[in-house]
Order: sequence, then C-alpha cells, then structure tokens
Amino acid sequence: MTISKFVTYEPSIAQTIIDDFKAKPGALLPLLHALQDRFSYIPNESIPLIATALMLSRAEVHGVISFYHHFRTQQPGRHVVEICRAEACQAVGARQLEHHAKQTLHLDYHQTTTDNTITLEPVYCLGNCSCGPSVRVGNDIHANMDPHAFDALVERLKTDLLEVLQ
Amino acid sequence: MMYHVYVPSDTTAKALGADRLARLMAIMAAEQGIELNIKRNGTRAMYWLEPLVEVETAQGRFGFGPVKETDLASLFAAKFWLGEVDHPLALGLVEDIDYLKKQQRLTFSRVGVIDPVCLEDYRSHYGFKGLENALNLSPQALVDQIKASGLRGRGGAAFPTGIKWQTVLDAPTEQKYIVCNADEGDSGTFADRLVMECDPFMLIEGMIIAGLAVGATQGYIYLRSEYPLAHLTLEKAIAIAYENNLLGPNILGCPQCFHLEVRLGAGAYICGEETSLLESLEGKRGLVRAKPPLPAIVGLFGKPTVVNNVLSLAAVPFILDKGAKAYADCGMGRSRGTLPFQLAGNVKRGGLVELAFGPTLRELMFDFGGGTRSGRPLRAVQVGGPLGAYLPDSQWDTQLDYEAFAKANAVLGHGGVVLFDDTVDMGEQARFSMAFCAVESCGKCTPCRIGSTRGVEVIDRIRAGENIEGNLALLSDLCETMIDGSLCAMGGMTPFPVQSAIKYFHEDFVKHSAPLSSAVSITNKQEV
Repeated sequence: MTISKFVTYEPSIAQTIIDDFKAKPGALLPLLHALQDRFSYIPNESIPLIATALMLSRAEVHGVISFYHHFRTQQPGRHVVEICRAEACQAVGARQLEHHAKQTLHLDYHQTTTDNTITLEPVYCLGNCSCGPSVRVGNDIHANMDPHAFDALVERLKTDLLEVLQ
Repeated sequence: MMYHVYVPSDTTAKALGADRLARLMAIMAAEQGIELNIKRNGTRAMYWLEPLVEVETAQGRFGFGPVKETDLASLFAAKFWLGEVDHPLALGLVEDIDYLKKQQRLTFSRVGVIDPVCLEDYRSHYGFKGLENALNLSPQALVDQIKASGLRGRGGAAFPTGIKWQTVLDAPTEQKYIVCNADEGDSGTFADRLVMECDPFMLIEGMIIAGLAVGATQGYIYLRSEYPLAHLTLEKAIAIAYENNLLGPNILGCPQCFHLEVRLGAGAYICGEETSLLESLEGKRGLVRAKPPLPAIVGLFGKPTVVNNVLSLAAVPFILDKGAKAYADCGMGRSRGTLPFQLAGNVKRGGLVELAFGPTLRELMFDFGGGTRSGRPLRAVQVGGPLGAYLPDSQWDTQLDYEAFAKANAVLGHGGVVLFDDTVDMGEQARFSMAFCAVESCGKCTPCRIGSTRGVEVIDRIRAGENIEGNLALLSDLCETMIDGSLCAMGGMTPFPVQSAIKYFHEDFVKHSAPLSSAVSITNKQEV
C-alpha cells in the first residue's frame, strides 16, 4: 500500500463515500474504513460530515475513531510497517526485532520517519504464528523477520521497489 | 500432456514467497515448453514445509517442500511434474506424511486440497451436502442434530452450540441474526483464518444452515482487519454464492432466504468478546455489555442473535452431511468431536493439527510439533491465547479436553499452543499479559481498566527486586480482584497467565535483585 493509491482529502469525495454508506445498519465502522482506505487516514474535517449524516454527535464519532487502534486521524508515511508484538512472535524474537526496528528507524511506535517513508505501528497478531516474527506492510505479510530481513525490507520500501519485486 | 501442480496461497505461504514462486514456475514452464496447470490451493498447514508444491498423479499428490526460488532449477531438471522423482525436497505422497496422516481432519478435510474459491472443487468434495439435507429438515430437527453432535463453542467458552441455537429458535421475534465471530485475536491461533482463506464456502454453508435452524435471514461475519487475505477470499466466495443461488432469496430454489455480509473490525482485541463485537457491529465503541440479557435473547440491534465462532459454524456442514453421531463418535467425556489445534511460537513443526479430544499436550507438542525451533529445551507453553495459563513440564501430560484443562486451572480456548524455549523470561511474559490488558481493555469495568495498569506497576517493582514477597502478595490479591470483579473474560482471565507464571516459574520473579537496565524492558515500559 503506497501513498500513490490514496487521494488528497476533498470534502466532496468524503461526502460521496458517506452517502454511499449512511443507510447501512451499523454504518459507522464500514464508513470509517472506506474513508481511511481512500485518504490513508480519517481527516478531522470529515468528522462533522459523518456526524451529520449518521445523526450522531461529533464526540460520538470521535469516540469510536479513538477506540479502535486501526483508525488514525493523522496522515501516515507512505508505508505503514506493523510489527507483531504478540506471544507467538515473542517466542521467536519479536522483542529483539521491535527494539532493532526502533533503533534503526529512530522511531517509537505511532511515529513516522522524517522523510515520510515509514510509519511504525505495533499489531497484536497477524495469524502467521508458526513462522514469526511477522511484519505487515499494506496487505502483505512477511514471515521469519529477523533484524537482517527487516533491514532488507526497509531498504526495499525506501526505494519503492516492493511492488515491482512482488 | 498437461500436468497439474498446486502452489499454496494462504497468508503464511504467501509470506514465505509462494506467489513469486508460482509466477517463476509458470515462466520457467513456458520457457521449457512444459504444460503445467498451476492451481492455487489453500495450505495443508504444515508450515515448516511451506511453500509446499504438490503434483497430481494417478497415485495421489506428491509433495516437494519447502521450495525456495533457488530450488526451481533443480526441480525442473528432475522433472518434478512427474511426481515420484528423485530430489532432495521430495516428500513422497502428501497424504502419507505422518503429521497429516495421524490427524482426524473432519472440519479441515478440504483445506489445502481444493482451490478455495472454486465452487466445483467444493461441490466435488462433499460441499453443500449438509445444506441440501438441512433444506429438507424442520428448524427444530436441525437444532436437534447440533445438540446430538455434542458440538460446543469453539471460540473458547465451550458453551453447547445446540442450546444456544434452541434459545434463538424459541425467541418469538420476526428478525433474528447469525453473527460469525471471526475476530481471531488470540496469538498462536490461525484456524479461523485457514477456514476463511482455504475453504470459505464451508463457513458460508454453516452460516446458512444456522440461519435455517433458528429462522434468521441475515448473517454477518465480523472479521478482524488484520486478515486482509481472508477478507478478499470471503468477499469473492460470497459473491460466487450469490451468483449461484446459495445466498439470497431462494436458496437452491427453495423458499428459504439468507443474506450474508462481511464487516471488518478495526484492531480491537476486546471485540472478540461477543457483546463487545455486537456493539462494534452496531457502529459503536466496543464496550462490553452486561449479561444477562444474553445475545441469544437481546443481541444485534436488540434482536435474538446467534454469535458463533468460525470453527463452530465450520463444523456444522459435516454434522449435517455425515450425521451427528459421526461427529460425536470422536472425542472424550463431554468434549465431543475434534478441535483444530494450532502449533505456534518457538516450534519446529508448526501448523494445524485437527484431533479428536483426548491426546496429551505433550504428544501434540513433541509427536507433531517436534519440540522447539531453536533446538533448545522447551520451558513453557501457553495454551488458549493471551488469556491462557503458562504450563511447565509437570503439566504437559494433561489431556486435551475442556474439563481436564479446567481441572489444571488452564483453558483450551481456541486451541492455540505457543511454545517457548528456555531463554524466555517469565517475569517479562507476566508483565506483558497485564500490559496487553491495559492496552486492550474496553474500560467499562474498573478491575480490568485500572487493575491491569496497577498489575504492570507491581510486576515492575517485583522485577526490580523491590520488596519481592510483599509485592507478590499484593499481585496475588490484585489477580483475585480482577478474576472475581471483571465484567468479561478480558479482565477475568488476564490473571491466568500471570498466576501460572508465578506459580510454576517462581524463580524468574525473584532473580532480579538488581534494577532492570535492559533497553527492551524500558522501551516496553514507555508503551503503557
């Protein structure tokens, strides 16, 4: 998933998405997913539009967005790199991997590199528990990620060769 | 002559390079003028052999694995498409591999065998036989079949599925719902993912049958957002099911109706708890509801709702096809049928092992798993996800059965088994359990919300060597408060891994006489 697939925020695009979803029962989560899938984040400016369409208060919409780890209201870097922190990956070196990732990228979780390439996020389980440590970038899962493999992945992401290679 | 070759396509196989392997294989075949029909199956879930390439022959499917890109040249030189050839990666007939042969794959019989989104493949492997039978039975007869099978909820709580269905069937409401809990958040578990990625029609069939049984016409699959491939596969399969009159207003030409939709979660572990899941489906924060009322009476949008785990619903087509007795004949005591165990973490032969209840944990970990991947001694094993107990050597002869595990103060949960070698620091693991609860608690009840944060602090003091015995007593009190006072299993079970770590691995809590200085621990501390 690279930023090129996302579009810059436009209230009219947001409104179209909101109109597509607002009649669904329990529309808010599918709607938030659709907005984030389109813009890479849920812009704060879209919250009043969502609230009006779903007859909720802005606080209620904000409350839902902030409850779920997946949703973000800040634009991330071009690639979101998620490192699995769960037990099965811990058993094969995930703690060392996350330490290494933070050190080499000079980042803590939820932060983005200064060149806007990589946002680092924790994730609790990608279901690749027999071949960890696991890392997710976009819709791709990477298995057996030791620090060396992680560095190679980051290098590919920085030069945007990932999608060409795969 | 056309040769049929299978390259797996589940998340783990892809993560190990299966897509690229399939593409390179096609290119090489074209270059050498060999007619290879490369099909994408799911996975056999013998993960140490992935990517596992299979070749169809008259004797059965021959396997080669684990195949790396660099092995392709020698595989082509050996004419691997003929099946029984001499090659270092040759595994013989896949069905004869001990790991697979010794399993009882009832639910997972098609997984890894068929193309996941090929309706013909599904049909030719007993697909929709259960549904065809179900369409000729009354709702009560359907519920009776499930009761007779002895099926218990595979999500972890092990509540009898038939009783749950009966409650919803008896509710005198027009609108009812079937909700599939596919928020498989437990670390070390991937059986739900395998069902959805490798045999999605089985889940769809199970949900349609559940709808027929209780009189529900709308189903939702609540899928975690961490499973992008499962999402894609389910969407494809549901579209195909609608095109073929398996979903929609006239199921297979009968008057019955069932609609199905996938809804994505958004990275909240608590939404695997059924009432939190329902809140989330309604578009709210995933706050746990007080029970009663049970979701079977007041569920989604206030209507009677069956909330079942993926594996529970996936077991239903077999029961309706082969009969309740065929399912109940497997297992022991009150645990009937099979449970798909998942071997994960530091394990040599990780994967899915579907077994009738009864063998011991030790047999599972060593006969199937082969011990640790690192080759170091196995020290601790966590069964049943992040809320399950850590078990030492002395407990490994416990039989894999709901009641036997309960007796050992442990849970089978969703069947995840995570192995740790002797480098594990159980103080760190106990701390993680509390820290995880602090991050993932929905915040509704105090013991869980505050208790978990206090738990992290107390464990930090113990690990720093500060008044160890006094703080251990305090932690013990805190654990009891969380168990007795929490609204749901999140706060109520988080103490299980902590208490078991203290009980069985006490030495890891008293060894830190000097203050902690490891950078990793400090980093984690900042997280909470």
